[in-house]
Amino acid sequence: MQVPSKDSTFKFNPHLQTFLTGKQLLLEDIPFPKEEIQQHFENGFIQNRPGLIEVKKRLTCNRCGNQNPGLFAVFPCSRCGEPNHYCRKCIMMGRVSSCTSLVSWSAPPLEITPSPQPLKWDGELSEGQKHASERVVQAVTSNYDLLLWAVCGAGKTEALFAGIEKALQLGKRVCLATPRTDVVLELTPRLRKVFPEISVASLYGGSEDRHVFAPLTIATTHQLLRFYKAFDMMIVDEVDAFPYTADESLQYAVQQARKEESSLIFLTATPSEKWQRECKLGKRNFVTIPARFHRHPLPIPKFVWCGNWKRKLQKGAIPSNILQWTKERLQQQKQALIFLPNIRLMEKVLPIFRSLDPRIVAVHAEDPLRKEKVQAMRNKETPILLTTTILERGVTFLNIDVAVVGAEEGIFTESALVQIAGRVGRSSQYPSGNITFFHYGKTEAMVKARKQIQQMNHEAKKKGLLD
Amino acid sequence: MLGLFEQNRCLICYEVMDSSIGWRDLFLPEKETHLCQNCQAKLQPIKGETCEICGRPFNLLDPQFRSGNQCNDCIRWEIDPTYKGVLTQNHSLYIYNDFLKEVIAKYKYRGDYILAKLFAEDIKNKIKELKPDAIVPIPLSEQRLLERGFNQSEALITEAGYKQTHLLTRIHSEKQSKKSRTERIHLPQVFQTTQSISGKILIIDDIYTTGSTLRHAAQALKLAGTISIHSLTIARG
Repeated sequence: MQVPSKDSTFKFNPHLQTFLTGKQLLLEDIPFPKEEIQQHFENGFIQNRPGLIEVKKRLTCNRCGNQNPGLFAVFPCSRCGEPNHYCRKCIMMGRVSSCTSLVSWSAPPLEITPSPQPLKWDGELSEGQKHASERVVQAVTSNYDLLLWAVCGAGKTEALFAGIEKALQLGKRVCLATPRTDVVLELTPRLRKVFPEISVASLYGGSEDRHVFAPLTIATTHQLLRFYKAFDMMIVDEVDAFPYTADESLQYAVQQARKEESSLIFLTATPSEKWQRECKLGKRNFVTIPARFHRHPLPIPKFVWCGNWKRKLQKGAIPSNILQWTKERLQQQKQALIFLPNIRLMEKVLPIFRSLDPRIVAVHAEDPLRKEKVQAMRNKETPILLTTTILERGVTFLNIDVAVVGAEEGIFTESALVQIAGRVGRSSQYPSGNITFFHYGKTEAMVKARKQIQQMNHEAKKKGLLD
Repeated sequence: MLGLFEQNRCLICYEVMDSSIGWRDLFLPEKETHLCQNCQAKLQPIKGETCEICGRPFNLLDPQFRSGNQCNDCIRWEIDPTYKGVLTQNHSLYIYNDFLKEVIAKYKYRGDYILAKLFAEDIKNKIKELKPDAIVPIPLSEQRLLERGFNQSEALITEAGYKQTHLLTRIHSEKQSKKSRTERIHLPQVFQTTQSISGKILIIDDIYTTGSTLRHAAQALKLAGTISIHSLTIARG
């Protein structure tokens, strides 16, 4: 790191300060004259960090933390005239190579004006939410890490309001990061509504707020790669979710984007086994919301053995108990989701299901009609929707039953199964429903998922959070 | 080259590819695979009848835009005395579908140099078939080159294992602005060549879209006295 001495007569450009505060950008992403950037650098207002570094003799991308040798490549760089390594992992955000720098603002810091009463919300928190909310406020004031473990449908967003308010009152900069753009798009208007006077930057690939400096930022975790020591309160939603499961780069990006003195709130309905263990052993600060806001218990999955379903499906037939389950739903006109382990199998069985009712459709991640199909389900035009794990989280249908076919398959992890079960009984009008895991041999994941749900119900009951 | 036990990942989707190693692989020179089957299937090679000049596939063209063995665009170029006959033939490898659009954008604009390897084998084969006397890249302006860090058409030649001959340079825009209006309209030439050379020239570029870049390049070369000019692009837009 190069830190030149400061010249007290130099006047910095406040626009450049606003633009670069808390960021780490490539030179070509900074829309200011190169000479001006250079002058600020020479006078100590701007800091340059090398794009690639060596950590314990391993080539490392200083922006995304990539250390996988397979995700670096070499090119003959015409800027420096040397063969240069570059990182392929984060190349979609511009190429970081041996001769590029990550440019940040170094000083003076840009302060956020404290806002005396930013929260305009008259909703009421459930007891569980209230308790969690208080813990979040404490974490914000004393700058520590907290895991908020809230069951599906607990209302975790509302449980954050008080904490965000506290941060804004203290002049802290807040970021809520989530793996999925859908969630950024959904949360932005919600938070703008309850914090009407606060400027909210909404960041995802291709968004227009890219250069907005705001007290409250809502971003995809991917966008965090452009931030460096920026946030005093960092909230990370769905820590367990695709595409960051087991991905160290999320942890890296979060650590880079938060300030050294800051609070970090992780949100999840399904923490990994490692995290669950850490909670149990008292190694991780956490708080649970074990009950849904509507004070009804979570529906418990039923395990139903369905024989060698794969062989049946290959032969063009559905195991009889699955068939029975489906027919019952159609007769009762109760909508249902049926989860299948992969697209190939799903396409294979779709015609069989369609022979029961031609309105049955199937959806998967790369389906161009994905949005329309989900909407048709919401409009109750689709009686039964076959799906891969893409609908395991983030979607709410009012009154549905859910089946998993082949629940023993590897893709149905403990957390996937808890999330899938969490699709049932979400509304206060219809707080229950049937969730069945059809399987050809129980797995540990299935048993653990059921146990996790039972434990949450037990805890909720003990704490008087259920009616 | 990848070692036997190193994980080979698809250059596009980053998925680990199963390397099914058979006896064949042990005895025949190793052919590097860079794409998984899934991504490979998304590349559509240009096959069947094509326009004899620009290499556009006729099966994707409305018959009303075709006359004989040429497409109407090429016929229009050939009517213009400046460009008549300057480009003998263009060869394009793949149809410019959404997948290839993404690949080329990542290669060229994000600067993912290694993607040049995806086409190295095809380019090498085409060069062997055409046997040119010189292989010429389309030059980039100084500014573009600094922005991108490498010239995408040079990289295609280098990765195919061939030497390039820098016959073309870009005419500076200020020079162009000194020309009169009519001069510019009739000759919006952006390339010039400094040497005189004869023989068969192959120009390499990433995409053939309207054909104007390649025709300008070909015309500049033709003025320097080459006999025939072919071009090769990854995609035919």
